[in-house]
Amino acid sequence: MPPETPPDRLRPLRVGVGGPVGSGKTALVAALCRMLAERLHIGVVTNDIYTTEDADFLRSQGVLDDNRIRAVQTGCCPHTAIRDDISENLEAVEELETRLAPLDLVLLESGGDNLTATFSQGLVDRQIFVLDVSGGDKVPRKGGPSVTSADLLVINKIDLAPMVGADLEVMRRDSVARRGDRAMIFSSLRKTDGAGEIAEWILSEVAQWAKPSSVRG
Amino acid sequence: MGSMNLLLLADGRFPAGGHAHSGGMETAVATGGVSDLASLHAFLIGRLATAGLAAAGLAAAACTTKHPWDALDAESDARIPSPALREVSRRQGRLLLRAARALWPGSVLDDLGAACGGTPAGARPSVHLVGPHHPVAMGAAAAAAGLEPLDAARAAVFNAVTGPASAAVRLLGLDPLAVHRLLAEMAPDMDDSAHCAAAGSGGPLDALPCPGSILLDLYAQRHALAEGRLFAS
Repeated sequence: MPPETPPDRLRPLRVGVGGPVGSGKTALVAALCRMLAERLHIGVVTNDIYTTEDADFLRSQGVLDDNRIRAVQTGCCPHTAIRDDISENLEAVEELETRLAPLDLVLLESGGDNLTATFSQGLVDRQIFVLDVSGGDKVPRKGGPSVTSADLLVINKIDLAPMVGADLEVMRRDSVARRGDRAMIFSSLRKTDGAGEIAEWILSEVAQWAKPSSVRG
Repeated sequence: MGSMNLLLLADGRFPAGGHAHSGGMETAVATGGVSDLASLHAFLIGRLATAGLAAAGLAAAACTTKHPWDALDAESDARIPSPALREVSRRQGRLLLRAARALWPGSVLDDLGAACGGTPAGARPSVHLVGPHHPVAMGAAAAAAGLEPLDAARAAVFNAVTGPASAAVRLLGLDPLAVHRLLAEMAPDMDDSAHCAAAGSGGPLDALPCPGSILLDLYAQRHALAEGRLFAS
C-alpha cells in the first residue's frame, strides 16, 4: 500500500455537520456563517434530501453570498453521498475552493439521517454531530458511529428540555461515557448568541489547521 | 484479472457518483410515465435501445484507445442533444475519471485527463466546466483496467439500465426482487446490445450507433428545472 497522502494544509479546513432531521443543522450553519463571516472566508455545501431547501434557507437568511453556497443532490441516500461515494460532494467542495480561493473554512451540511451516518475522512477534516433534546435524552446512550466519533457533539434545543422531559445531566453523562474527553456543547440556537461556543471551537480548529506543521500541536 | 476489474467498474458501489443519478427515472415517475413494474420494463427497454446502445458504442470505441479523444468527444456531443444531459454526462465523466485514476493509474487516463482538462474558448477558466463524456471515461477506464472493448460496452449498458432501475426502487418502493428479476430477463438483450456496440469499435466513429431518445432529452431538460428533485439527473 502506498503511504497515506498527508492532508494538504494549503486548502481550507473542511467541517462536516451531520445529524437527524430537524436537529438544527441548517440553523447551526446559518448561525456560524453569521458569527464568523467577518473573520473567515467561508463556503457552504448542502446535501438536502429535497433539492435546495437548506441552501435556499441559508440564502434567505442573508448570511452568505449566493455564490458561496452549493447544493448537492443525493438520490434518496444522504449517507451514501457523505460516506460511501463522496465524489459529488468532493467536486462541489473543490469547485468552491477553486472559484473562491483563498477560503478558510468549508462547511458541509449532510442531509438529515440516522445515528450511523458519518462523513468520510476523504471528504472532511472534522465533523460535528447535532442532536436535539426533543429526540429523547436516551440518544447519546444509543451511541452509533456519529455520537461516538464526531469531533464535536452538539446537543441543541436545550430550551425545550423541561417541556419534553429531557434530563440534560443524563445526556451529558451518557455522552462522556460514549465519547471520553471529545468535545460536547449544549446549545440553544434560537438565542442570539446560541452558537457562540461552537463558533469558538471552529475558530480554534481553523487556527490549528492553518499552523505550519513544525508548530502544530 | 480482467473479469474482476469489470465487476469492480460496473458495480453500483463504484464511488463515481452514479448513485445520485436516475437516468431520467425521476422525471418519468413524476410525470406518470413510470408507475409500476410493467411501465418500468418499457422504460428500460427503451433506454437500453437508445441511450444505452449509444453509450456502449462510445465506450467500446474509447476502450480501443485508437481514436483521438477530441473526436470521441465530438461524437458524444453529437449523440447528446440536450444541454442538461451533456452537462450531466461530463460531470459523471469527471467523477468516473477521478475514481478510475485512483484505481488504475497510468498513461491512458493521464492522456484523457490532459485532453479534456483545458478551458474551452470564451469560458470561465475552471476545470470544473469540462471533462470527458461519461461513456468515453467508461471506455478509457476499462482500457486502463486491462479490459476489452466488449467489456466496456457491457459496463456502459449495465450502467444505463441498472441505474434507473435502482432509482425506480427508491422512488416507487417497487419490490427489489421483482425489479431484479426484470433485469435478469433483460440480460440477454443487454448482452446483444453490448456485442452490437462493440462490433464497430475499431471502425470509423461516425458509424457508431446513434439512436435518438427524445423523451430522455426532454426529461433531462425538465429535470434540470424541477423543484424538489432528489436525484442529480
